[in-house]
Amino acid sequence: MNLVDKQLVQRRMNRRILKSRIMRQLFFLATAFGIVVLAVLLYRIFSEGIAYLDWEFLTSFASRFPEESGIKAAIAGSLWLMVVTAPISLILGVGTAIYLEEYARENKFTRFIRMNISNLAGVPSVVFGLLGLTVFVRLMEMGRSVMAGGLTMSLLILPIIVVAAQEAIRSIPKDQYEASYAMGATKWQTVRRVVLPAAIPGILTGGILALSRAIGETAPLLMIGALSFVAYLPENIWSSFTVLPIQIFNWTGRPQEEFHLVASAGIIILLLALLLMNSIAVLIRNKFSKRY
Amino acid sequence: MATATKTQQISIFNTNEPDKGKTKTIYSIENFNLWYGTDQALYEVQMEIPENKVTAIIGPSGCGKSTFIKSLNRMVELVPSVKMSGSIEYKEKDIFSPKYKVEDLRTDVGMVFQNPNPFPKSIYENVVYGPKTHGIKKKSILNEIVEKSLRGAALWDEVKDRLNENAFGLSGGQQQRLCIARCLAIEPDVILMDEPTSALDPISTTKIEELVQTLKKDYSIAIVTHNMQQAARISDKTAFFLNGEVIEYNNTDKLFSNPDDKRTEDYITGRFG
Repeated sequence: MNLVDKQLVQRRMNRRILKSRIMRQLFFLATAFGIVVLAVLLYRIFSEGIAYLDWEFLTSFASRFPEESGIKAAIAGSLWLMVVTAPISLILGVGTAIYLEEYARENKFTRFIRMNISNLAGVPSVVFGLLGLTVFVRLMEMGRSVMAGGLTMSLLILPIIVVAAQEAIRSIPKDQYEASYAMGATKWQTVRRVVLPAAIPGILTGGILALSRAIGETAPLLMIGALSFVAYLPENIWSSFTVLPIQIFNWTGRPQEEFHLVASAGIIILLLALLLMNSIAVLIRNKFSKRY
Repeated sequence: MATATKTQQISIFNTNEPDKGKTKTIYSIENFNLWYGTDQALYEVQMEIPENKVTAIIGPSGCGKSTFIKSLNRMVELVPSVKMSGSIEYKEKDIFSPKYKVEDLRTDVGMVFQNPNPFPKSIYENVVYGPKTHGIKKKSILNEIVEKSLRGAALWDEVKDRLNENAFGLSGGQQQRLCIARCLAIEPDVILMDEPTSALDPISTTKIEELVQTLKKDYSIAIVTHNMQQAARISDKTAFFLNGEVIEYNNTDKLFSNPDDKRTEDYITGRFG
């Protein structure tokens, strides 16, 4: 006698297949929801902002008149911010990751550090802004400068870079280490000639994504007091400055309707910058990722 | 000129008359125990590994043979929880002595691993990795090392026209011979091989076995294998490991034809393992 009733199996077949199809549609809807919302947002921004987007917009300073308003100071400020943030956060982040993965002994203390680095990535950015205000602006008397803003941003994205670099280092097969050590290479030689070349694509990808987060962040810079109306370019890292998101934030807060359209134009620039950076990250990942 | 050196060599050889026929010991291991955390993997290992011979280490999976060979160049210490007792002497120097730097030991003792593990670099860069590590920068010397090492690993003719291609483009067997070449490039005295053919096809395996035969003229070789025929074919001495103990260590002919221990006999006749 058969334990599996073939007729019953047949009768249930259609229902099972139907269920499977319904689930497929549900998951598709979940994806579509996000895409539709994004599309609506993009449509609104482009339809509002495109009229203001021209060469003049890119090359003039902020103004009281919406038609004359430009984003030059904010673009320059964002670039200056990157000049400070990128090297500091990458050097500190990669250094931390190398120490944790290669040198640190496995004990309670390193486990505690590791756990807290992941936790730091989840700390609200306003908190980092407060930290920057207290330590860099006040305590170290840097004022509301590019330097203070850049250091604050470095702290903000440091945990992301550390985690990305740790992942990149951890994904290197153990036999690569063995090959190097077995030939009498020291730890540093192994790190420099085996680990870093193999981890660089992952580190750069993570680093660029982290930097694109820094470009879009507003709250910490508002806390440390980046200016919102700047009619000059920062001359060095000690100048005061504004950045793209703060400029946009400022425009959306104006009572005049036209400034909201100017803000949309600013958002387009910001989105383009982010898109560019993320594409570079994807490009690096595809081009340099190594197969083992 | 050539004849002069030859006679010189002979005269040196003659003064060493008392040593003639006696093989020198390169490694002597005494009462060596090893633990991974609380699990003991090796028990009271007692062995002498002869110079310029092939010593095979056989035994079933998990018997500690890989652990043992990795102890000889202290690679086993990459596992953080390892603890050891007893002594291993390489050329009469205690390898665990703080004065004997591990980098120094590994410069004299090369290793080839179970799976071919070339670096994701060119063939050339793979071979010069070791010499560059030890500070050799001169291009002409590096070029010479590359040719000599690749010839030594019987790979030169196959790759001489594409030294700048990525090593991952080679077949598995070629990759393993590249790893042997990379190991030869630091001019070690000993080559440790941890199941070097287990991931390879029969033809590549034969090539590596032939290579081992030629290499033993200049190097002392210790090879872990789970292939008993391979041990019988290529080695001079064989050690049989079981559950972390050396059950029998003997000349290969003797061990395979007339073993002293019942357990060795059971293993080589295929009654277990």
